Amino acid sequence: MTQHYNLPDERGHFGPYGGKFVAETLMGPIQELEEAYLRYMQDPEFLTELDADLQHYVGRPSPLYHAERWSRHLGGAQLYLKREDLNHTGAHKVNNTIGQALLAKRMGKTRIIAETGAGQHGVATATVAARLGLECVVYMGAVDVARQSLNVYRMKLLGAKVVAVESGSKTLKDALNEALRDWVTNVDNTFYIIGTVAGPHPYPAMVRDFQTVIGREAKEQCLTMTGRLPDALVACVGGGSNAIGLFYPFIDDASVKMYGVEAAGDGVETGRHSAPLCAGRPGVLHGNRTYLIEDDDGEIIETHSISAGLDYPGVGPEHAWLKDSGRAEYVNITDDEALKGFHDLTEMEGIIPALESSHAIAYTTKLAPTMPKDSIIIINLSGRGDKDIMTLAQREGIEL
Amino acid sequence: MSRLAAKFDELSKSGRKALIPFLTAGDPHPNFTVPMMHAMVEAGVDIIELGVPFSDPMADGPVIQKASERALAHKMSLRKVLNIVAEFRRKDDQTPVVLMGYLNPIEAMGYEDFANAAQRVEIDGVLTVDLPPEEADFCVSLLKERGIDPVFLLAPNSNEERIRKMDAAGSGYIYYVSLKGVTGAGHLNTADVEERLKLIRANTRLPIGIGFGVKDAETAKTVAHLGDGVVVGSALISKIEANLDNPEQACSEIVDLLKAMRAAMDE
Repeated sequence: MTQHYNLPDERGHFGPYGGKFVAETLMGPIQELEEAYLRYMQDPEFLTELDADLQHYVGRPSPLYHAERWSRHLGGAQLYLKREDLNHTGAHKVNNTIGQALLAKRMGKTRIIAETGAGQHGVATATVAARLGLECVVYMGAVDVARQSLNVYRMKLLGAKVVAVESGSKTLKDALNEALRDWVTNVDNTFYIIGTVAGPHPYPAMVRDFQTVIGREAKEQCLTMTGRLPDALVACVGGGSNAIGLFYPFIDDASVKMYGVEAAGDGVETGRHSAPLCAGRPGVLHGNRTYLIEDDDGEIIETHSISAGLDYPGVGPEHAWLKDSGRAEYVNITDDEALKGFHDLTEMEGIIPALESSHAIAYTTKLAPTMPKDSIIIINLSGRGDKDIMTLAQREGIEL
Repeated sequence: MSRLAAKFDELSKSGRKALIPFLTAGDPHPNFTVPMMHAMVEAGVDIIELGVPFSDPMADGPVIQKASERALAHKMSLRKVLNIVAEFRRKDDQTPVVLMGYLNPIEAMGYEDFANAAQRVEIDGVLTVDLPPEEADFCVSLLKERGIDPVFLLAPNSNEERIRKMDAAGSGYIYYVSLKGVTGAGHLNTADVEERLKLIRANTRLPIGIGFGVKDAETAKTVAHLGDGVVVGSALISKIEANLDNPEQACSEIVDLLKAMRAAMDE
């Protein structure tokens, strides 16, 4: 490939996907955000501050770890874990919230809002808001508030106000709707930190840019450790921010295969899943055109996954484009398979992965044995599993 | 001349302002909508904005969100809304009807299929909340080719450049959202609206309907002085919400409120 990948275009489109599909009141604020983002991503002072925060506050670079025992067990490719679980707050989410919060500060905004599903992005947002002394309101579906009480408490400890959203299906998509409604009402002083590569332009590009630190480090670390590029990348995809963060710096390296792993829930064929790229179709939601899980009338259908962080009916528009263009392949893993992946990694490597990341782990157990022993797979271990212990115990009928 | 343009023309000649009620199709029940539309016309409204329910109404406040949820519980859909308009047209081929909703149901149906069906049932305008003119080229030409007016929103923070964009892309009228926020929120500030209207008028000759914050006959009268039309939504839907076990009561309360608004606007 000689042509360099340089999407989105100036209107925020990735082929037919992406764009700015929002109500008029938000067009001004989105324009303002886009200008600030374009300006500060070129500003050496801003980038120096961001790098310093990533190093000293988040704890970057995160290690690239050769999981030798797990690799031997599967008997194929050599498996390298990108340890985003070791970041401050326990997941990749903070890479983005740090960046957006610094941007908010430069733009003179005093109030931060965010949506959250599992609570990881909410915690990462509340964390940076606390550090910068900004008011923080997190919208969370009432169903998620109930199943992620630990993270709700963490956010409150960090000084955030958590609003339980009772509308619609009471999950992540409704939290996003409610955050957009808040933003529309309080545009003057409020910065909306979206947690994934979705939403209207510039969010998909901006969140990606803050997350590409994952792939940049992984590429350099892989070259240092093995002297060559990996053969494949594997990452879970809900909205898709950890996956695009890993994939993006490799897009022009045609030899590197990319696998995005969606949540199949009870199985794609049952209809109870969160796999829009595998089983959905293009539509418009939350400000962009992308693959969605919807009915024939275009109403969004409730999704299902054991992992609250993947429980979303849409996906970042860049993934939609990478799918259609064939550059990345999107596969899916059921709840049961993810749980097995969770146990495998915990028992074999002493690393407890998040249920989200366990989907990537589980797909790797299928992929690795089909590849030669001298090939290399980098798996994005996007978060740690401590937050999921209660869910897991409950699922396996264990009383704590 | 489109039915919307003709209506504003006729109103302007008689020195009156358009009364434009909003109603979510299928709320609280699919059978409620057509009789309610006829009753609205009898109460003296000029144009009806018919809401197409959507699972994720991002720009709506709690009142219209719940109306959407009630309608969807009865499996209301864009196709069924089109049928509702067809049924309304059997007795009324005069009152302009504008569909108001979100883009995804149209995208799911297919733009061309939708535009054809809308033309067939004589829909006069289409207002898509999450379709700004930047993304609307294709949809706008499909509608205009069929004599349907694409109606766009303007907000208090829309600058001159955006007003001119709406003027170029839109027709029929422009819906000025008088408040930052979602439907059903707050109270509008007359002085602010007056100031914004000057800027808007300087950049478009399209009639201006003003909505958000119109709660009673008094606000309707005030707003009527500022624009060419008054849009009232949540205040009407609240009557449905308050009378879920008695739709006739809801209908008569809506009619009473609209009559009071009409009288106040015509004073």
